[in-house]
Amino acid sequence: MIVPIDLLLLLFLLIVGIAALWVKDLLAAIVLTGAYSFIMANVWLQLGATDVAFTEAAVGAGASTALMMACLSRVPRWEKK
Amino acid sequence: MTPVRKTYKRNVIIEVTTNLMFPLILLFGLYVMIGTGGTGGGFQGGTILASAYILYITVFGHEKGREKMPESVNALFKSLGLFLYNGAGWICVLFSLATAQWLNMPAFWPVTDFVGVAGARSFLVGYMVSVGIGLTVMAAFVSQYFDLAWKEDDEMEGGEE
Repeated sequence: MIVPIDLLLLLFLLIVGIAALWVKDLLAAIVLTGAYSFIMANVWLQLGATDVAFTEAAVGAGASTALMMACLSRVPRWEKK
Repeated sequence: MTPVRKTYKRNVIIEVTTNLMFPLILLFGLYVMIGTGGTGGGFQGGTILASAYILYITVFGHEKGREKMPESVNALFKSLGLFLYNGAGWICVLFSLATAQWLNMPAFWPVTDFVGVAGARSFLVGYMVSVGIGLTVMAAFVSQYFDLAWKEDDEMEGGEE
């Protein structure tokens, strides 16, 4: 566990999470959620939990993003003001 | 349902890359499922297998995806995974590997004499349970994605008529 990399990853996590809440475009929100999952996988890797990192990368960044994309094709893309 | 040929712009790079990567992703999923010593496992490997199919369906559309993964094969995998998972438990019970030592079944079926209890147990935990979980997870994810893609096409047809 390297502390500067850890802090940098947590900073990225914070930025991506706030951006995913803030953005009005749902496609961008889904992509940001996938990026959040990927950074979270790196955090798990930093913490030494390779198993959980594997699951997070496969489920969170891969399958879940694809399923949300498939859902997005059935709802309007832009969030209402 | 009549097959509607959707006119979409084909991208040669994406199709060739998908065709190239599809078996490799499946192989990597199998490696994660049964190959690694410590990390990985059934759920992770199954999700990677499912993501290979999801990639294929996303690129080629659900009709060619159905050719790759028909409904019958999907249902077969879904129940075969449960069958393997359940069967590992039943083999443990019947051969007194982990749960029911008091039954003393090896006196009647001396399988563990030439396999060894540790070998049989590692086979059951490392391969049979993992493959069972992986197959069920893969089939469940793929059928979920098929359902979403299919309904979208139905609504589009209904909207056009």
